[in-house]
Amino acid sequence: MAECSGRPTTWKAWLAGKWYMDQAPGDYWRAVFTSPFNIITGIIICVGLVLTVVRFTQGLEATTNLTNDYPWGLWIGFDVLCGVALAAGGFVIGSAVHLFGMHRYHSLVRPAILTGFLGYFFVVVGLCFDLGRPWRLPYPMGAGYVVTGSNSFGVTSVMFLVGWHVAVYLTVQFLEFCPAVFEWLDRKTLRKWAIRITIGATVFGVILSTLHQSALGALFLLAEGKVHPLWYSPFIPVFFFISAVVGGLSMVIFESMLSHRVFHSQVAHHDPAEADRLVIGLGKAASVLLFTYFCLKWIGVADGQHWDLLNTPYGYWFLVEMFGFVLLPCLLYALGVRRQSASLVRFTSVLTVLGIVLNRLNVSIITFQWNLEDRYFPRWTEFAITVFVVTLGLWTFRFMVNRMPVLYDHPDYPPEH
Amino acid sequence: MNTNRRGFLKIAATAGVAAVAGPSDARAAPVRRISDDWLGMLTDISLCIGCRKCEWACRKANELGPPDEPIQDYEDMSVFKHHRRTDAKNYTVVNRYPPATPGGNPVDVKKQCMHCNEPACASACLVAAFRKTPEAPVIYNESVCIGCRYCMVACPFTIPAYSYDDPFTPAIKKCTMCFDRISKEGGIPACAEICPEGAISFGKRKDLIALARDKMRDKPGRYVDHIYGEHEVGGTCWLYISPKPFAELGFPELDTIPRPALTKTFLSAVPLVLIAWPALLMGAHAFTRRQEELGKDDKAKHSEKD
Ligand code: SF4
Ligand code: SF4
Ligand code: SF4
Repeated sequence: MAECSGRPTTWKAWLAGKWYMDQAPGDYWRAVFTSPFNIITGIIICVGLVLTVVRFTQGLEATTNLTNDYPWGLWIGFDVLCGVALAAGGFVIGSAVHLFGMHRYHSLVRPAILTGFLGYFFVVVGLCFDLGRPWRLPYPMGAGYVVTGSNSFGVTSVMFLVGWHVAVYLTVQFLEFCPAVFEWLDRKTLRKWAIRITIGATVFGVILSTLHQSALGALFLLAEGKVHPLWYSPFIPVFFFISAVVGGLSMVIFESMLSHRVFHSQVAHHDPAEADRLVIGLGKAASVLLFTYFCLKWIGVADGQHWDLLNTPYGYWFLVEMFGFVLLPCLLYALGVRRQSASLVRFTSVLTVLGIVLNRLNVSIITFQWNLEDRYFPRWTEFAITVFVVTLGLWTFRFMVNRMPVLYDHPDYPPEH
Repeated sequence: MNTNRRGFLKIAATAGVAAVAGPSDARAAPVRRISDDWLGMLTDISLCIGCRKCEWACRKANELGPPDEPIQDYEDMSVFKHHRRTDAKNYTVVNRYPPATPGGNPVDVKKQCMHCNEPACASACLVAAFRKTPEAPVIYNESVCIGCRYCMVACPFTIPAYSYDDPFTPAIKKCTMCFDRISKEGGIPACAEICPEGAISFGKRKDLIALARDKMRDKPGRYVDHIYGEHEVGGTCWLYISPKPFAELGFPELDTIPRPALTKTFLSAVPLVLIAWPALLMGAHAFTRRQEELGKDDKAKHSEKD
């Protein structure tokens, strides 16, 4: 990656170095258009673009199965709730390294922050499909008052908190990632400034994350009677927060596994034994947290005195989630740590991520309005848009990882703490 | 009362952090003072014959259907086969339930926004599109709504509907207690005006509660002993009395805690996190820094010795 160094003088040179990565443009584009991954994802993106046009010209009724009883569907349940929870790795790893001095996890910081930033960015993209009038997204930030002259600050709303936080946190994560961008562009002074604000940005990021991860759970406090009592609890903000930390950690493990396979040229000089040690360390943390989460969830059931509900179909489903997707990964992580088996820890990370997804879908969709007979099931177009948004995220991630010093330390810029 | 206390304790326990935030919990619970001047509606379910004229009048008053919609269309009783809910084109619907006593008349129930004393929809909206007016009706300001539909999730009666079919100007749709009409001198809501049986009364909430009690006293045995909406979720401005238990008529069984209290504790813990977290985290950072420096010094000393 030494080619990256030295600032190019003309835009052509810039393009050749920064975009084409010093390949001949012809070769570059040929490779782009012939890779099987690109062909498949390219088709997804084309379909997604068409559906985007349909969504914004024909409306929500034409593209979703949402009803008045089920105002939130896949786009909120998956794209937003799961997206935010699984993007928590950025703040978890960032604070471990920058605040608690666990410098051996340093190599994981940038990929985690990049995933966090892109995760949130595409959460907002997904949200725009769901909002009735997405062009009013800045309204809660004061634009509503400017445009309409009427009060548009819903200060009593948890959603107001979520909206502000996601917006500010997106900015913070961008700032946290800036050093990598400036290294890529060879802007030494800018990079120095960006590095200086790292600690501040990390602290701020942790505060924002604590609040909005739990706030996403707190949204459902108002849905008492709609979310099934086994999932509804006054502690739901705490549940969402802890499970997001676990989800973030698991995503970091999962992602490091993918990165090592897909971008091996970039991580090749990393020591695989060291990578295993890191993964096992994360697995240990995840195991402890999952156990705490498991216990807290039962305290929630005890608090609501819902034991009788366990012997109902929803109760069985609750047990599946609790034992199959919380306790099992907790034990598997512990086993992986005990046996020093990084591959078991990696496998468990996938199970954990699935568990978090299941939990968010249970709260927002599967058990939502549990006493109604009509059930919501997403329309194919909802799935297609979701896959489209995720694919866009993957493309962006790949584009940036291939060019910027994310998985490796830039040779000209030694890591600083 | 017992459930009440338990509910309160539950709320007080929220968010973990809130345990430390004792004083703010005290603020979270009490109901806003109910105004004696608030307007309200009282539906006497025992008088309703299910003629659906209120549905027609409501659509006309709110311009939800074609302008010259014939009232005869509403004589179609086949709609009673299913229980309906409010939607973007119907701010009110009448549903039919089996008689209170065998052989009696079916029980018909009109459904619409309850105009809560402390509306969940208003506390949920991130752009303050909902407002409890000083007169009592809860009304909605379309011009700021971003269409997140959290109000629909939050409403304990699942009343607000969304015009999903509208691609460019979708909006929340719900009963306004005919705010425009009643704001004019002598105006009364369209549904109350048309009701041939006098099943819907309009007036001050306080007077309507007295009226309900009078009715119950004058006709013993005619009503169940419950004014629905007097205390539910902190009270609502639309009230009901009924010959049949409300739980059998599609009314949700709700406690007396105003819905906004459910999130207030969480929100009041926010400043706490904002203040405590930075201090804790910076402290942790300073601590690890110091440890590292000490560690480095040690190493340096060791290497000097070598
Ligand atoms: S019934 Fe629902 S929509 Fe009507 S005021 Fe109460 S919370 Fe709002
Ligand atoms: S849909 Fe509109 S009115 Fe309802 S909460 Fe969202 S912004 Fe507020
Ligand atoms: S008060 Fe007005 S808006 Fe509400 S149900 Fe009656 S007619 Fe419809």
